[in-house]
Amino acid sequence: MKERKLFYTRFERFWHWAQALLIILLLITGFTIHGSLNIISFGKAVTFHNQLAWLLLGLTAFAIFWHFTTGQWKQYTPTLEKAAEVVCYYSRDIFKGCEHPIKKDVDRKLNPLQRIAYFLLKVVLFPFQVITGLLYLYSSQLGTSMEISTVALLHTIGAFAFLGFLIIHVYLATTGETVSAHFKAMVTGWEEIEVEEEPNRSV
Amino acid sequence: MHVGASSRATCGACHFKGGGGDGVKHGDLDSSLIKPDHGLDVHMDAKGLNFSCTKCHTSNGHQIEGRFYSMPATKNHKLAMPMDNPSRIACESCHGLHPHNNTPKLNDHTARVACETCHVPVFAKKKPTLVWWDWSTAGKFKEDHKFIVKKDKLGKVSYHTKKGDLGWAKNVVPEYNWFNGVVTHVLAKDTIDDSRPVRMTILHGDRNDPKSRITPFKMLRGKQVYDAGNKTLVVPKLFGPKGSGAYWKDFDWQKSVAAGQEAAGYQFSGKVGFIETEYLRPVAHMIAPKEEALSCASCHSRDGRLKKLAGFYMPGRDRSINIDRIGWLSCLALLVLVGLHGAVRFITSKGRK
Ligand code: HEC
Ligand code: HEC
Ligand code: HEC
Ligand code: HEC
Ligand code: HEC
Repeated sequence: MKERKLFYTRFERFWHWAQALLIILLLITGFTIHGSLNIISFGKAVTFHNQLAWLLLGLTAFAIFWHFTTGQWKQYTPTLEKAAEVVCYYSRDIFKGCEHPIKKDVDRKLNPLQRIAYFLLKVVLFPFQVITGLLYLYSSQLGTSMEISTVALLHTIGAFAFLGFLIIHVYLATTGETVSAHFKAMVTGWEEIEVEEEPNRSV
Repeated sequence: MHVGASSRATCGACHFKGGGGDGVKHGDLDSSLIKPDHGLDVHMDAKGLNFSCTKCHTSNGHQIEGRFYSMPATKNHKLAMPMDNPSRIACESCHGLHPHNNTPKLNDHTARVACETCHVPVFAKKKPTLVWWDWSTAGKFKEDHKFIVKKDKLGKVSYHTKKGDLGWAKNVVPEYNWFNGVVTHVLAKDTIDDSRPVRMTILHGDRNDPKSRITPFKMLRGKQVYDAGNKTLVVPKLFGPKGSGAYWKDFDWQKSVAAGQEAAGYQFSGKVGFIETEYLRPVAHMIAPKEEALSCASCHSRDGRLKKLAGFYMPGRDRSINIDRIGWLSCLALLVLVGLHGAVRFITSKGRK
């Protein structure tokens, strides 16, 4: 039986899309500063990049607060249980039209691969980018103890990692029931999921 | 009242004509500064601030002091800014180190980039300045043995029998170097490396010296006579009666150098040659209106003005080619991967229906 459930609260949806927008703009302005893009001027790119970074930090502070007060952070605890099945699914079974090996529900929104990926994103990549970014921003005040070239290179590597994440993330979002199903769910909040029929429920 | 103008003309009587003519030696000090407008120099602007030279260069007895000595300003040199810091002439003496309220990021630069670097985008804005002086072509005559004098499009002498070929330029973009205010010069006794152009002005300072800043310079290139045997500079004799070896009478470098070296008490191998030389002069005047100050991208781009200054990282100019390659290739590989995955998904789903 299928049932529609509210998967993503208003805050989660806002957080997700605001974060997506900020990260994409940070990539664009960042690669402009890097000299790879030339859409806006260097000076504007620097100003925007710094403002966007502060906005993202602010948003993240709210998100962390939200995850802890609601207990939703537990959704991200990494697990290897059934990870192999998920790998099999995306590399083979998906082409046969098989069912996804993990049944989603509101208390289990993420499959094991997602958990590992998001955990790495939030606990490793995100802080890495924030720390190298702050070191970069305050390099002139911090003196010459840390060469800005090292900081800038690390920050660039982080940016490529974000870009890679974005590519895979957007693509995997098309692997729902229909190509647009996951996108719609992230906009409306409602997701249609398969639920076990409860035998003793009177109809 | 023309107090500013007349006092500028007084100092200019010597300083605008340095090197033997208007704008020859400096490209940022010429007679256009007697009555400049705002676009030429924001401080000496005759209808605006109308600074006299001494507003910035106070005189100390007979001596008027600048900063560029072979010794850094010390107790012997009571220098020449009217305000705050008596030890050196600087823009900071009036403006401080953080004059930029609109764009605070610029203030992060003032410790490493001299004010003039951004505020003098070009110099020699009204009058051409000398940028090339090739002595090796001097001494050619017309058929009637008269001097040859040619002029260029700017109306300046481009060839003179006594001087050789001269090159002039207007709106010149400065050359940039790390500089801590100390200049020394190649001396007559120094052995020179004649396999490449000789830097006659040796600028001191580099990026690791906290007192050094990236500073703009006027470059004068040229060719001059030298002792090709001993590999030293020489002092040719220019003036004097015919037959004395004076170049401007006899037009014979061999004799002129022999006479000059002897008079100066230096050795001469007897073998003359010509070497390429480079003279650098700091640029400190013709401060442009703030709207014309350098934009970020004039430095922060792959082909920017500081392209030649290596050894430090500048965003937009520098990168690690390898990290960029690996980064872009990985992202491209991911795109191909998801593209293929999507294509196979699409085809197999067709088959199922
Ligand atoms: C009689 C000619 C003459 C006059 C007039 C003159 N100067 Fe000088 N000035 C010189 C000479 C010669 C030097 C030393 C050589 C050099 O560096 O150009 C010098 C040096 C200087 C320097 C130091 C340059 C350095 O290398 O640091 C400054 C600054 C200066 N003069 C400013 C002025 C000002 C301002 C006035 C007007 C009040 C003025 N001078 C009037 C001839 C003159
Ligand atoms: C707005 C201030 C200001 C005014 C006005 C000004 N100068 Fe200067 N001048 C400087 C500064 C700054 C330097 C560079 C010295 C330094 O950085 O310590 C300099 C350097 C010089 C030098 C040495 C240049 C060299 O190549 O070594 C001379 C000569 C000089 N000025 C002459 C003049 C004359 C002549 C006038 C008037 C026509 C004048 N200055 C007006 C600020 C000024
Ligand atoms: C990296 C380039 C750069 C350097 C270095 C720099 N400036 Fe500027 N400055 C600018 C630009 C660009 C502007 C105009 C835009 C602005 O103020 O945001 C400006 C504006 C100014 C203004 C006008 C400010 C106003 O708001 O009216 C003053 C005065 C000034 N600079 C003085 C200095 C002095 C003094 C120094 C050295 C201590 C210096 N600048 C160094 C680029 C620079
Ligand atoms: C004797 C004091 C004095 C010195 C030295 C001085 N300035 Fe100024 N400068 C002024 C004053 C006064 C103004 C006009 C008011 C203002 O904008 O702060 C001004 C204005 C400016 C402006 C704004 C021009 C505009 O477009 O309105 C710039 C840029 C500037 N100065 C740069 C420099 C630089 C670069 C130097 C060093 C070569 C320098 N100043 C040295 C006093 C000085
Ligand atoms: C005259 C050339 C020049 C101009 C113009 C210039 N910069 Fe820079 N910038 C430099 C140099 C040189 C460095 C590196 C200094 C070092 O590391 O020693 C630098 C470093 C930086 C850095 C990295 C270090 C730091 O302090 O964060 C940033 C960001 C930056 N500039 C931004 C800007 C912006 C924004 C503008 C325009 C408003 C600008 N720059 C204009 C020369 C310039």
